[in-house]
Amino acid sequence: MSTIEAPRSSPTPARRSGVNWEKWGWIYMRASGVVLVVLIFGHLFINLMVGDGVKAIDFAFVAGKYATPFWQVWDLLMLWLALIHGANGMRTLVNDYASSPRLGGVLKGAIFASAAILIILGTLVIFTFDPCPAVPADQFSLLPSFCPPQ
Amino acid sequence: MSVAPAPRSAKKKSARPGGTLYRGNTGMWSWVLHRITGVAIFFFLLVHILDTALIRVSPEAYNAVIGTYKNPIMGLGEVGLVGAIIFHALNGLRIILIDFWGKGVKYQRLMFWIVVGVWVVLMAGFVPRHLINVFSEVGN
Repeated sequence: MSTIEAPRSSPTPARRSGVNWEKWGWIYMRASGVVLVVLIFGHLFINLMVGDGVKAIDFAFVAGKYATPFWQVWDLLMLWLALIHGANGMRTLVNDYASSPRLGGVLKGAIFASAAILIILGTLVIFTFDPCPAVPADQFSLLPSFCPPQ
Repeated sequence: MSVAPAPRSAKKKSARPGGTLYRGNTGMWSWVLHRITGVAIFFFLLVHILDTALIRVSPEAYNAVIGTYKNPIMGLGEVGLVGAIIFHALNGLRIILIDFWGKGVKYQRLMFWIVVGVWVVLMAGFVPRHLINVFSEVGN
């Protein structure tokens, strides 16, 4: 004889063992979000509000920033926190809207791949960047003023 | 003995759907906007990391691409981008308060309008300055 389930009992019992990744994702969105507000508002203020704003951004400007560990760490944190935050947010949308599990799997694979590739690319750029690279003579003027003459 | 149903007040009928924060009005529309701005910011982020990576290629390549950010049409796009970021940031803080602050749910509607107010103030500070920077570049 089959038993009748209590009203409102969930069809599948809650998982009781293992890491609850959805919970940690939920916590990550909030924790990284608070830090990102500070990092991105600071980024926008320094790059768009101070001095001539967007007009002043060029190779020398970025090289000047990355010559200091402070901005290297700032941008590295932004890179990792924002991409993981964004990719996890996109994963949520795919879970909500993808019409088939197969399409959802493809889209989530694409999201994961793009985030992973850009995190690796960005990290390599920040750590291997040379603010005073060897350039052809006609590009000397593009280098920051602190570079030694070539 | 029968119990007469409590008369439904006329006020109740026109009121927003009850029982959930996310159905109808500010609770729902802030959620919709949060998703739309989030997607827009995500795709910009992908492009922005690629264009910044050009600093590793050559000063000339980076300057050529970042130069497009100073074009007036892109400048208007940047206004939209910053507007999306500010909304997403402020509404994100509102969501955190709804989740963790004991009175967050009670004040979620008020907090939405505070988000809108702070957004207007920050944009009022940013937009004129940015547009002056962008449009003064024209012809230079």
